[in-house]
Amino acid sequence: MRFQLTEDQRALRSGVREMLARRFGPEALRAVLAEPGRLDRALWRELGAAGFFALRLPEARGGVGLGLPEAVLAFEEAGRALLPGPLVATHLAAGAVPGAATGETVVADVGNGLVEWLAEADVVRGAVAGAVPLRSVDPLTPLHRVPAGTGVAPVAVLLTAAEQLGSATRACELAVQHARTREQFGQPIGAFQAVKHLCAEMLVRTETARVAVYAAAVTAHPADIDTARLLADEAAVRGARDCLQVHGGMGFTWEFELHLHLKRAWVRTHRAGPATESEENLAAELLAESA
Amino acid sequence: MDLTYTPEEDEFRARLREWLGRVLPALPPKPSPDDWPGRRAYDLGWQRRLYDAGYADVHWDASPTVRLIFLEETEKAGAPYVGANFVGLLHAGPTIAAEGTAGQRARWLPPILRGDEVWCQGFSEPDAGSDLAALRTRARRDGDDYVVSGSKIWTSHAEVADWCELLVRTDPEAPRHRGISWLAMPMDAPGVTVRPLRTLAGSAEFAEVFLDEVRVPVANRVGDENDGWRVTMVTLSFERGTAFVGEVVACRRVLRELAAEAHKNGRWDDLVLRRRLGRLNAEFRALWRLTQWNVSEAELGGGVPGVGGSVFKLRYSHARQDLYDAAADVLGPESLDLGRPWVLDRLSSLSYTIAAGTSQIQRNIVAERILGLPKGR
Repeated sequence: MRFQLTEDQRALRSGVREMLARRFGPEALRAVLAEPGRLDRALWRELGAAGFFALRLPEARGGVGLGLPEAVLAFEEAGRALLPGPLVATHLAAGAVPGAATGETVVADVGNGLVEWLAEADVVRGAVAGAVPLRSVDPLTPLHRVPAGTGVAPVAVLLTAAEQLGSATRACELAVQHARTREQFGQPIGAFQAVKHLCAEMLVRTETARVAVYAAAVTAHPADIDTARLLADEAAVRGARDCLQVHGGMGFTWEFELHLHLKRAWVRTHRAGPATESEENLAAELLAESA
Repeated sequence: MDLTYTPEEDEFRARLREWLGRVLPALPPKPSPDDWPGRRAYDLGWQRRLYDAGYADVHWDASPTVRLIFLEETEKAGAPYVGANFVGLLHAGPTIAAEGTAGQRARWLPPILRGDEVWCQGFSEPDAGSDLAALRTRARRDGDDYVVSGSKIWTSHAEVADWCELLVRTDPEAPRHRGISWLAMPMDAPGVTVRPLRTLAGSAEFAEVFLDEVRVPVANRVGDENDGWRVTMVTLSFERGTAFVGEVVACRRVLRELAAEAHKNGRWDDLVLRRRLGRLNAEFRALWRLTQWNVSEAELGGGVPGVGGSVFKLRYSHARQDLYDAAADVLGPESLDLGRPWVLDRLSSLSYTIAAGTSQIQRNIVAERILGLPKGR
């Protein structure tokens, strides 16, 4: 049992991280915030060329031929970098929708009735008749509601959980950085237990979510995916909230990137359908096993 | 990322299962919780069976994965807990194995493995709990003996122990971490008085130990004089490794039983309760994965569990309390009846966020040692 990442998986993760730092750093983030609703097509094609969408497509079909664990690592990095766009929908369309794998075609998905990036998509999977735009709380995710959803694939739930995990990891890092350097009452605020313990709890939630997400990537078992989803949602949303609290007034500003993590985390909790469903599934599993 | 076991590990599991299936039905009935001599005999008898079957040193010599399999399978089969052998197998024994002389290892390790001798732990004191380095029990050198006076507290199995792993202050002038020594004290030495302490669950699970001019041979010191703090830290790191494997397996079984009970008594129709049980299922599934993660990491890092154990301990101790609070909601007013299952467990679960490092101390450890936040007051 070697649960930890292999050499290749670590290399893949740092490769994606470096690419995103180069192509979607703080300036790029500010640029897309200045022009919300526009998708950077050049970046999308670069993601395609790097294999982000074709990651799990067999090599015989022009893909990279890797598995769910590798996809989870790539999406974790996307979540960490706040990368915008219908990433999960396009990734799932690779091999099914022409051009999705290479990043030529942007694919959105009706999913649970909440469509992300409808106007920018070249192809939308599912019926969009009667779609109503929302004034999206997340400035980097345009949203529409449609009357009837088509449901969400378990893999989409898992990749969304991976993005949540990346967000949670980033929020914890930001909080710790701030707690180490910001001084009040003559010492770093991270020396105060009230602050220190907030940070410790963020790490505990993040690392517990991490093993749940990675295990689900290995097994693809429905109960593991439900588990990953619940824990990753919690780690991302509460992590962003606590990170905001650690930053004090700064955390409440538009300028500081944290609010984008919180808002995106909220969007992702709805992408996977109601949390109640995951909880009910896991409750039903207990009953089935006790019978 | 891989969660599969090697053919050798699968074979170990199969052999263990087969053996457990054979020996467990032949075990004597469990003694009552208040029958201390009976509990000692029962726990030592189980250890002897493990020894005869070649499983006695699984906590010491086996790989972390084999240890995980052992703990998982023995719990699933309903085998006895480590019980009175806990300190010997998981604290004192590993310390002696790592830091003792050849003569000390030969004297103390075989009786632990064979199930002949019980050890207890004399670390905490009334004024040295979370701040263990504040301990004041004094050991004065007199010829070939130390003369020890002071008191220890929260000592499990003190009534039936043969030996106590004892932390004493040998140099009161030194900085407090550098004046401590580790001694093996015979519990039948003159001057040792044990006073049982009753827990809020009603049972006498631990004791106070009073030491009045107790003579302990200098030869019983493990490690150098005044080096006991370092020697002890070797021991404590074992506690947070695979110590809770069996308990996570047990908690998942309790959850299934809770679901069945709720279904039977009608509370299953309550959406809020169902959701809560579903969340607890996610919680304990994740804790199992965290266990596998830590074991796999220990496998890579040479077998000694690291600070990741603090992350697990924090999450687990609170999850266990949530589990038994949910059990109380499943039971309704019957949760007030000590005769019902889970009610005593609910009371016992209250110790989990305190014993072996309170949650507050664990958060300090996580924040300072993993996240690198500064120490403070």
